[in-house]
Amino acid sequence: MTDTLPAILLQLVQFALVLAVAPLLTGVARKARGRLLARKGPPIVQPYRDLAKLLRKEAVLAENASWIYRIAPYLIFAILWLATALVPTFAIRHPLSPAADLIALVGLLASARFLLALAGMDVGTSFGGIGASREMTIASLAEPAMLMVIFTMALFVQTTSIPSIIDFVLQRPVGLRVSFALALISLVMVAIAETGRIPVDNPATHLELTMVHEAMILEYSGRHLALVEAASMLKLVFYLSLIAAVFAPWGLADSVAGGAPLLVGIAVWLGKLLAGTLALSVFEVAIAKMRVFRVAEFLGGALLLGLLGTIFLYVSQSP
Amino acid sequence: MTPGELIFGGGLVSTVYLMLAVPLVAAIVLAALPWHRVSSVLNAAASLLTLAMAISLLFGTRPKPTNFIFIDDLNVSLIVLTSLVAFTTSWFSASYIAHEVEIGRLTPLSLRFYHAMYQVLSAAMILALCANNIGVMWVAIEAATLTTVVMVSIYRTRESLEAAWKYFILCSVGIALALFGTILVYLAGQTVIGPGVEALAWTELHARAAAFDPNILNLAFVFLLVGYGTKVGLAPLHAWLPDAHAEGPTPISAVLSGLMLNVALYALLRFKMILAGNAGAIAPGPLMLTMGLSSLLLASVMLYRRRDIKRFFAYSSIEHMGIITFAFGLGGPLANFAGLLHMVLHSLTKSAIFFAVGHISQVKGTQRIADMSGLTKTHPLLGWGFVLGVAAIAGLPPMGPFLSEFLVVTSAMARQPWLAVPVVLGLLLAFGALMMRLQQIAFGEPRGGTAPVSASLAPLYLQLAMVLVAGLWLPAPLVSWFQNVARLLGS
Amino acid sequence: MLYGLDFDIAHTLGTSVLLLSFALLYQRRLSGVLEAFALQAVFVAASAAWQAWSQDAPQLYITAVIALGFKAIAIPLALGHIVRKLGIHRTIETVLGVNLTLLAGVGLVALSILLVFPVTLASGNVTRENLTLALSVVLLGLLMMITRRNAVTQVIGFMSLENGLVLAAVGVKGMPLVVEGSIAFSILIAFIVFGMFFFRIRERFDTLDLQYLESFRGDRHVDRP
Repeated sequence: MTDTLPAILLQLVQFALVLAVAPLLTGVARKARGRLLARKGPPIVQPYRDLAKLLRKEAVLAENASWIYRIAPYLIFAILWLATALVPTFAIRHPLSPAADLIALVGLLASARFLLALAGMDVGTSFGGIGASREMTIASLAEPAMLMVIFTMALFVQTTSIPSIIDFVLQRPVGLRVSFALALISLVMVAIAETGRIPVDNPATHLELTMVHEAMILEYSGRHLALVEAASMLKLVFYLSLIAAVFAPWGLADSVAGGAPLLVGIAVWLGKLLAGTLALSVFEVAIAKMRVFRVAEFLGGALLLGLLGTIFLYVSQSP
Repeated sequence: MTPGELIFGGGLVSTVYLMLAVPLVAAIVLAALPWHRVSSVLNAAASLLTLAMAISLLFGTRPKPTNFIFIDDLNVSLIVLTSLVAFTTSWFSASYIAHEVEIGRLTPLSLRFYHAMYQVLSAAMILALCANNIGVMWVAIEAATLTTVVMVSIYRTRESLEAAWKYFILCSVGIALALFGTILVYLAGQTVIGPGVEALAWTELHARAAAFDPNILNLAFVFLLVGYGTKVGLAPLHAWLPDAHAEGPTPISAVLSGLMLNVALYALLRFKMILAGNAGAIAPGPLMLTMGLSSLLLASVMLYRRRDIKRFFAYSSIEHMGIITFAFGLGGPLANFAGLLHMVLHSLTKSAIFFAVGHISQVKGTQRIADMSGLTKTHPLLGWGFVLGVAAIAGLPPMGPFLSEFLVVTSAMARQPWLAVPVVLGLLLAFGALMMRLQQIAFGEPRGGTAPVSASLAPLYLQLAMVLVAGLWLPAPLVSWFQNVARLLGS
Repeated sequence: MLYGLDFDIAHTLGTSVLLLSFALLYQRRLSGVLEAFALQAVFVAASAAWQAWSQDAPQLYITAVIALGFKAIAIPLALGHIVRKLGIHRTIETVLGVNLTLLAGVGLVALSILLVFPVTLASGNVTRENLTLALSVVLLGLLMMITRRNAVTQVIGFMSLENGLVLAAVGVKGMPLVVEGSIAFSILIAFIVFGMFFFRIRERFDTLDLQYLESFRGDRHVDRP
């Protein structure tokens, strides 16, 4: 490989970029939400400040916390960072792109969630337990739904590798495909649940009856908390980028194309993220938080849509 | 001019169309007439006129089959049977209904409705029988269902509304599935016959059945069996039948048991003939055998626990429909013959029993079996008529159903000896239940009202006489007629 | 894999109808059910119109107009009126949980694929797919009638079942007007009958919930174990 160095550079840029953008996106979401509710909203850069402050603070550990509790934040952060950097954000191919497989990504997210739930239960407080159990309930429905979306893709393009999917979508006329629309809706619903947004979870709440994610990380402080928070910010970037890459791959730069298309690619990607975040904020403001018990139905709906997408595709494709 | 045609508008018109037009015109007139006594007579007269035309059709020239109407040996016999029982029932209904008005269960206004609906029902049934188009037949059966739904709910009591609702929902579902099956049959037909009305015509479908895609036919038949099977009241789909029989006016119970079930079964038989004409299609026999047998056994067991007399005989209808379906499922000339004969005899007997039941429940003022014992002492004529009817339906020797049931068992022995065992078991079970209740109602300590029967018992005895004659001596032309139809039905 | 626009549009419309059948099962509010039903009727109408155009069978436009005018507009309005006037509970009681119902629904869709696919190999793609989807809609309508114990939802279940039949009838090439006419006919009569039912049930009882009816039943208590 003659261009190994630029390729590695590209990958590093990707790593840096997703991390840099993550708090910004969360800031935009909070600001937009505030403005939509006719409040001023926190400054867009507030998440950066929060993270910086947390990193400076001392990490207090609960007395009965084990080593799992201590290493979990690092692992969770690392896993999410890696997962986000694998998704083709502004360029299609980079050195790690062979690993950008939908099933691999689902696996990465699942392990992060597993660690978080474990950490939530580790301290032994009741909130951690509630959070972990709720998180697992959500996951048990969200993951099959996500897999159904992947099946739809796999049935249509015969692969689960994201770069191949992008190639396929860009090069061939897809026609009118209900299955794609269903897969998109299903994936969006999963994303909403997974990133802990309204109506499934409220990222701003500390009300014990409703919180899911916040309940698990209640005991974290200092740099640990910063890492977990950063990881959840990365998750938002991950889902938005994934949806953008698979369902709207236009504007992605081919990595061999050189500097200018790459810059365009970055600009387009940022634009997509911004649009997605704003849409999410509008949706969040427009809808009410549902009771925890209804979440199963919400995700059941996502699973159903994914399943139907697969079935419809099968119906329309078989000889 | 021959008996099958009439001079009409300067030309010869087949009586088929007039046979359809008479009840419809009568329905309009009856809907407008405010005097219920006149209406009930007119109702009977219109039914008699329809019967006369049906008989003229039997002996006269038949119209050329069109894409709408056709007449062959199979349906003409059922048309005559239908119009006959429709006539006797309207006769019975005249006296029955008068009593219902006297005791205030029905208002004159609802009677106008009742009589009009009665005629619409008979038109719909005859149309279903003579239609040469599976779509038209479907519409006719649906129309017949809807009219009976309305009639079942006519008392407007809680129970009758529930029964009508249940009837309506279950039969609508059944009829919807039947339509899906009909569409599939068309799909099978149009690839061979070509798109258009021809692909819905019985005559075309039967003639060219051999070329159809057997897979589509198989699937279609499953839907048709479930769909029309619901209307026949076959075992797992029978839930509507007892309620609808028990809560509606008794003449409607008689028509439902005696005629409606037959019409639905007729549709099934026709579709079975298409399958029989196609070498690649599944044999419909085993499916029909299973459903018939399970209806027979289930109904025989259920008979023991009935307390309501109409519900009791409704279960008996399920039992007999099971026997008939079983016979047609066996196939072959003998079993088909037995099935046809039993279809006719069951219609005559069961409607006669319902006439008796109607009078009994009116004089005794209840439908509870426990409250109507000792009937032969209080009302000898009615009581012995009832005894005769029950003896016939139970399959006691001199009466007709004995003959047909005997034939069913014999043909089962000949073709599938093992299947004869459950059939005999079911028949014996039903026999036991019927005898038990007969003993209780007809003999035993007199109970309940003793007011004399004001109505004429002629329709009851007329039909019982026919059933008795059939048991003793079947006219040779009738036998050869039935044999011919049985051959038509194929294996 | 791709059959062109003709198939794509039929596919989109057909699948939307099926999707709305699921939406009917998903809804917990009566008003939501009515809206979903109306939307389903719109898609059925569009499907019929599309088939009319692509098969060059103008009589199907009539089917489309009937579906649109009658099922999408008149019936939902009338049922909404009944619900308001009679003060029926706005939420739906279910026999089976929503998620379980949906799961059963997916099972039924799979069943109809297994039933229709192997036997329609010779038919065209559009026919084949429409039949599959139609059978699914029919079965889901059945499921709705079984699992929703309320007269209004049972009626809607029945109507959505009929939507499935319309979908099947328009999908088969050259199906004569007889069937379409009969469907329109049965919609009309079904509606009249239903109307009478509502009227009468309202006359006697304070609720349309059929469970109240079933609780009172002379023979049943004595006879059924």
